[in-house]
Amino acid sequence: MRHWRPFLLFTVLAFGYAFLYLPIMSLIVYSFNESRLVTVWAGFSTKWYGELVHNDQILSAASLSLQIAVLNATGAVILGTLAGLVLARFGRFRGRTAFTTLITAPLVMPEVIIGLSLLLMFVAMENVIGWPATRGMSTIVIAHLTFSTAYVTVVIQSRLSQMDVSIEEAALDLGAKPAKVFFVITVPVIAPALVAGWLLAFTLSLDDLVVASFVSGPGASTLPMVVYSSVRLGVSPQINALATIIVGFVTVAILIAGYLMHRQEKQRLKMQ
Amino acid sequence: MTPPPAHTAPLSPPPGPSSPTLIGYLWRWLLGFPFVVRVRGLAMGTVSWGRALVTAVPFLWLLLFFGLPFLVVLKISFSQAVLAQPPYTPLFSWAEDGIMELRINFQNYLLLVQDSLYWVAYLNSLRIAAIATVCCLLLGYPMAYAISKAKAEFRVPLLMLIILPFWTSFLIRVYAWIGILKNNGLLNNFLLWLGVIDEPLPLMHTDFSVLIGIVYSYLPFMVLPLYATLSRMDESLLEAAADLGCRPGKAFLTITLPLSMPGVIAGSMLVFIPSVGEFVIPDLLGGPNTLMIGKVLWTEFFSNKDWPVASAVAVATLLLLVVPIVRFQKAQEETTRKAEEGRT
Repeated sequence: MRHWRPFLLFTVLAFGYAFLYLPIMSLIVYSFNESRLVTVWAGFSTKWYGELVHNDQILSAASLSLQIAVLNATGAVILGTLAGLVLARFGRFRGRTAFTTLITAPLVMPEVIIGLSLLLMFVAMENVIGWPATRGMSTIVIAHLTFSTAYVTVVIQSRLSQMDVSIEEAALDLGAKPAKVFFVITVPVIAPALVAGWLLAFTLSLDDLVVASFVSGPGASTLPMVVYSSVRLGVSPQINALATIIVGFVTVAILIAGYLMHRQEKQRLKMQ
Repeated sequence: MTPPPAHTAPLSPPPGPSSPTLIGYLWRWLLGFPFVVRVRGLAMGTVSWGRALVTAVPFLWLLLFFGLPFLVVLKISFSQAVLAQPPYTPLFSWAEDGIMELRINFQNYLLLVQDSLYWVAYLNSLRIAAIATVCCLLLGYPMAYAISKAKAEFRVPLLMLIILPFWTSFLIRVYAWIGILKNNGLLNNFLLWLGVIDEPLPLMHTDFSVLIGIVYSYLPFMVLPLYATLSRMDESLLEAAADLGCRPGKAFLTITLPLSMPGVIAGSMLVFIPSVGEFVIPDLLGGPNTLMIGKVLWTEFFSNKDWPVASAVAVATLLLLVVPIVRFQKAQEETTRKAEEGRT
């Protein structure tokens, strides 16, 4: 049994990764297909990319989605850092259970429920205080912030709990104010988690169809909303081209991140 | 008495009269978090207004935009749909003579009980989510196990490869399966070419295609928590078992599997709960017969414009999911506690 175990594990991994990557590969391959039919290969062509960059609807939706994603990611890192600090450093306090419930429930809550409840909330607020008068970018950002904060909190909290608190304690003992300790010591140590959290919130926002569909108003269509309506009409090679561009961006970003982490790790080893 | 450092200050219940009235107690509870503790802290000399602020900002945000909306949903689920703006009747209204009327409409919930559409949708959602969770576990556990047993330098790239699809668009990954599963899609063409089948299999618009879509989309959520528990496991336990003559298969069943249960639970909940309410996958890959509750809610809201019924569907779904959500939270707290113990 011993000697064929590595082979078995290798087979499992190969099968699992094939399952994860073959669909993405098929998208990429057929984005270069001459034919409109996704299943028939009719020769190499980049014409769908040309059509994509002239598709104003997709371009303006992409620009709206990017703005929402940046605002959301920045806000979620701020809220998530505060919440992570509360969970990792403040010990037990009154309302901690309520707090953790509010943090962990959005992680698993079905999107349709988050979307519906936020929309009804916005409508109720409009009736009571007159805001938000129109729904669109601002309501989408608020909705995205609400669920992506939960993800960012988990990332930052886990980094904070792994961190060596004795440095913070030393600074406090030497008379540094808590706020100063946070910005001078804690932030640099948890910086990788802050970056990871920002990117996570950014993708969550860029990816969201359901919540945005509920809380958006007329005229504000995000990229997933436009992609969804075109996918419902049938398979379109322009969407394949868009998918290829997204996969390309993500791969390059991850390779850069991996390289930077690798270099940092090497420097750390050299210093020891 | 020197005040303890801010981050370890013990927090006891706030001071006050020993037997407060009910109103007083409610008031204190409402205001008491987290401010009463802070005021006491100030009195003792530990300045904690900053801490109160740090706690209050995310807490109030989530309370306002995550907690409170559920109460609004609950309220609207008891109202009646009308053609107006907003499209539901108010619960409270002023009648003549200054009498306030409270109209609670149970029709929406009666509809959920009486119309078999909703029953079928709920049961079908639970069934598909449960099967998908088991499939994710059967595929994800060996993968997480293999990654945790891989050479140290391969582990990070292998994990990266698990996460990478998650960073690309979810919608587009579901879309990819349309091209693969449809009648003249890649899979059918491939099988026809192999000669295994003579005519295309009807794979799209079935429960099978929805299942594939869910397993595919949620697999990373299963692998990551499993890997986290498996990689933290104490290898010496397995060595001790081997030294004492335990066979690897038995060691796996009696040591590895029980110790990885927190990961199994966290991963299963991360897959099961969102899949129950999934909308995109049944909408794009499922057929007209694939009833799932997320899709029903969406249709009630967007096509039928019946906000009260959509709210009732949401409330019933939440009731269904309360137990798994609480279970997930316990597992989550357990892992946090273990991580903190590991640090000290």
